[in-house]
Amino acid sequence: MIEFRSVSKRYESDALAVNNISLTIAPRAVTVLVGPSGCGKTTLLRMINRMVEPTSGQVLIDDVDVATRNPVQLRRSIGYVMQNSGLMPHRTVLDNVTTVPVLQGVSRKVAQAHGLELLATVGLDAALAKRYPAQLSGGQQQRVGVARGLAADPNILLMDEPFGAVDPIVRRELQGELSRIQSVLAKTIVFVTHDIDEAFLLGDQVVILREGGHVAQQGTPAELLANPVDDFVADFIGRGDESKHLSITERDGTRLVVDARGRVAGILAAEDGHGLAQ
Amino acid sequence: MDWLNKNWELVIGLSGVHIGLSILPVVVGLAVALPLGWVAFRYKKIGRFLVPASGLLYTIPSLPLFIALPIILGTSILDPTNLIVGLTIYAVALLVRQIVDALGSVNHAVRQASVAMGYSPWQRFWQVDLPLAGPVLLSGLRVVSVSTVSLVSIGSVIGVTSLGYLFLNGFKRGIPEEVLVGVIATVIIAFIFDGVLVLLGRLLMPWARKAQS
Repeated sequence: MIEFRSVSKRYESDALAVNNISLTIAPRAVTVLVGPSGCGKTTLLRMINRMVEPTSGQVLIDDVDVATRNPVQLRRSIGYVMQNSGLMPHRTVLDNVTTVPVLQGVSRKVAQAHGLELLATVGLDAALAKRYPAQLSGGQQQRVGVARGLAADPNILLMDEPFGAVDPIVRRELQGELSRIQSVLAKTIVFVTHDIDEAFLLGDQVVILREGGHVAQQGTPAELLANPVDDFVADFIGRGDESKHLSITERDGTRLVVDARGRVAGILAAEDGHGLAQ
Repeated sequence: MDWLNKNWELVIGLSGVHIGLSILPVVVGLAVALPLGWVAFRYKKIGRFLVPASGLLYTIPSLPLFIALPIILGTSILDPTNLIVGLTIYAVALLVRQIVDALGSVNHAVRQASVAMGYSPWQRFWQVDLPLAGPVLLSGLRVVSVSTVSLVSIGSVIGVTSLGYLFLNGFKRGIPEEVLVGVIATVIIAFIFDGVLVLLGRLLMPWARKAQS
């Protein structure tokens, strides 16, 4: 469990990036921090592995204040996946994946055997292991980034807009892949994005942040959609958006789901689950 | 070719000496400039003073420097150490700025990632920053190696024998071929140094070329 206790962060003489946030992040679930740029979501994420130190307040992992932990050891115990993969351009794919275990002193041989398994886990061909990151597509690089984040088998995985820089089709693939991996591994994932659809797709819990570093609302996607606390949240989750207001209509014997403007959003699944919906 | 036929052993011998005198300033210069460059890069306030100051060293005229060094170092006036220290100073002068630029060329996201992975600052420098600064650093090192090879010749004026001896001797005795052989041999050595550095770069940084293809 990760807990933020009255955490604030002020960067040199600037306004508060994070303003007195208290937040509990459930273990073995995906918590998405979502909000417009400048809402402090990445700052909040980086406080967990001490890449950013709070100006005041505490961050606790399993009731231990991270400020009391050695930052280098702490970071090795937490997986980290970032935008544009952040892979080491001078290391092969396999060496990138095994970075943290090798830093922890695991023998190269053991780390590499495990690394090859991880490449398979994230859906990459073992033939790519000897390549350099620049020889991979953007989507493949992000998969390597995820494998690297998982390599030391951390309890916590921090993901900072990991799919923000890939094209929409690849993004959907990667999101699906992450859900599949999470259903097997059940890590505590903290995921930062500015894309509310991604937040609702991946998040067990979604924390909506607003400019100035405040939590606007926290809840499951269903709770947020059903009961937004204010206009900002309602607006941000697109509750007023016509495409989110769906109704059922029947055409030529098929029951369709249409949005407020009458555009088809999908097909209604038959109740026995064997309908046309796939 | 008459002169060369009779004196090729001398040319080979002097070339060996020349190479020996050239290697040390480049290697020591790099070793000295590396921590200075890192400090200048890491602490911008110091860098703002250190980089121009080291650049100024290059403006010291070489002959007065070689004459002043024995007094400062307490060495004998004919000691090759004077030449080596002098050339090391020039190497440092060129390399400090180059190292600052090279470290600055490292992708910010990659550096952030290395922090997040849990590299210690020491590991980060040797395993991430330095290798990634390699290509820019190498281009600076190539300039320094060529300039050092040519400057070693000047040592002959202050009595440290090198291929420069052939210029002086050929000049004095009116043998153009001897001068020419000196020049060509120096150029060949400079090419060899450059080639070795490029080769080393390919061996140590295979990723830099593969990334382009």
